Amino acid sequence: METLIECKSLSAGYEGVTVINDLSFTVNSGDFLSIAGENGSGKTTLMKTLLGLKEPQSGSIIFGGGLKASEIGYLPQQTALQKDFPATVKEVVLSGRLSKRGLRPFYGKEDKQKANECMELMDIIPLRSRSYRELSGGQQQRVLLARALCATEKLLLLDEPVSGLDPTATQDMYDTIHKLNSERGVTVIMITHDLNGALRYSKQILHMEAGQYFFGSTEEYRASDIFHTMSTCDCHCCCNHHLDQKGGGADV
Amino acid sequence: MFEMLSYDFFLRALLVGMLVSLCASLLGVSLVLKRFSMIGDGLSHVGFGALAVAAAMNLAPLQISVPVVMIAAFLLIRVSSSGRINGDAAIAVCSSGALAIGAVVISQSGGSADISSYMFGSIMSITGEDLLLSVICSVVVIVLFILFYSKIFAVTFDESFSKATGVNTGLYNTVIGLLTALTVVVGMRIMGALLISSLIIFPALSSMRIFKSFKGVTICSAVLCEVCFLIGMELTCEADWPAGASVVIADLAVFVLFGIAGAVIKRVKK
Repeated sequence: METLIECKSLSAGYEGVTVINDLSFTVNSGDFLSIAGENGSGKTTLMKTLLGLKEPQSGSIIFGGGLKASEIGYLPQQTALQKDFPATVKEVVLSGRLSKRGLRPFYGKEDKQKANECMELMDIIPLRSRSYRELSGGQQQRVLLARALCATEKLLLLDEPVSGLDPTATQDMYDTIHKLNSERGVTVIMITHDLNGALRYSKQILHMEAGQYFFGSTEEYRASDIFHTMSTCDCHCCCNHHLDQKGGGADV
Repeated sequence: MFEMLSYDFFLRALLVGMLVSLCASLLGVSLVLKRFSMIGDGLSHVGFGALAVAAAMNLAPLQISVPVVMIAAFLLIRVSSSGRINGDAAIAVCSSGALAIGAVVISQSGGSADISSYMFGSIMSITGEDLLLSVICSVVVIVLFILFYSKIFAVTFDESFSKATGVNTGLYNTVIGLLTALTVVVGMRIMGALLISSLIIFPALSSMRIFKSFKGVTICSAVLCEVCFLIGMELTCEADWPAGASVVIADLAVFVLFGIAGAVIKRVKK
């Protein structure tokens, strides 16, 4: 098993504030790692640092197995701007190939073929000429996932892939991610609020909570102290979660 | 309008007008979607300030305002992507600040009739030299837009994804800003500083009522802007309306029509 990412005593934050302090973990090829934790625990900061959008304050992130920071397929959270964006599914998926094009101005046959493959994999071929803004939340997520796969099949980084989806679409999304991981061997890092989903589907868990970190396999996590304190105050956490969503509190 | 075609000044006006409208409408699709609709308005006021200063110092107007507006566009895009100040606030600051500087300079230097033509446009008085500069700028904008089309789409639709997958989004945002600056400075001759942003906003907004793909919206905007420009010129020739304002009114009418058509299509589909 190849180590794709090795994060060594990483500290990161923004404008002098340290949000992540001395965090270490590794991601091996074929892993399914969920990153869980309350708002403000540094999930988004960690994600930005992994993607190379932010410099670490100290410590290091070492990419192995021939992986480059730009080869992480990224599923961002949807922005308000995209809700009424006139673009067909095909156009969106194809844009995942852009980083491979370099300075060449137009997409070639190879790019279109790859886009078709990814759409087929995500079961969205029938939607290809539909407008992105007319799709349901679950369908939109599939389109963005196909785009991420177009960029790379090595490693996917999913930022709250099920937030805002109804239960059926959530289930559907988890099944798709699970399939990609188990059948195609795509390494997955998933940032999530949904601890139940994380426990059910992922193989490893990184739990971030006010400067305390837990990193290990899902079984180890179930047996850990941090999990037990979490499940005893489960109700409390749920309430908080709802408040967060209503208030639209910004993640840091 | 046809009997006017025998006049050189009218041909120049048509040529420059059609080219600049095309540039503005192409860039407009991306700018409107990026929530940067007012950048044209902001930049045109910066252009007005630069022109006022150039006139007071007896310098060539376009050669001064092109670089000044480009710098302003560059800064606006940089400031808003750094997230310290919102894009709309940054545009408002630039716009009102430059307007104030321009107004003070004009009042101190004794005022100038030429400046008022920049506020409201003077398409019929384009000189041969202006024509050459406008054509060069427009061709540069159109060629770069086509070459960067797929990048502009990616950066407009999802900047953070593009950035994460290794696309130099800063560069392409800067390209969009600089092309907009060029278009605005050249377009001020036709529409004036007050109306130039309508050239950018209206065609894109109208097309979005009906078309579903980015390509469709882009092509429709390009066609609409030319149609509206020609309707505007016809109104100017036949009814003697001011040129810039007639084009905007044509754009507005088309927007209302497309809005209604879009609503009807939605109803029928349901």
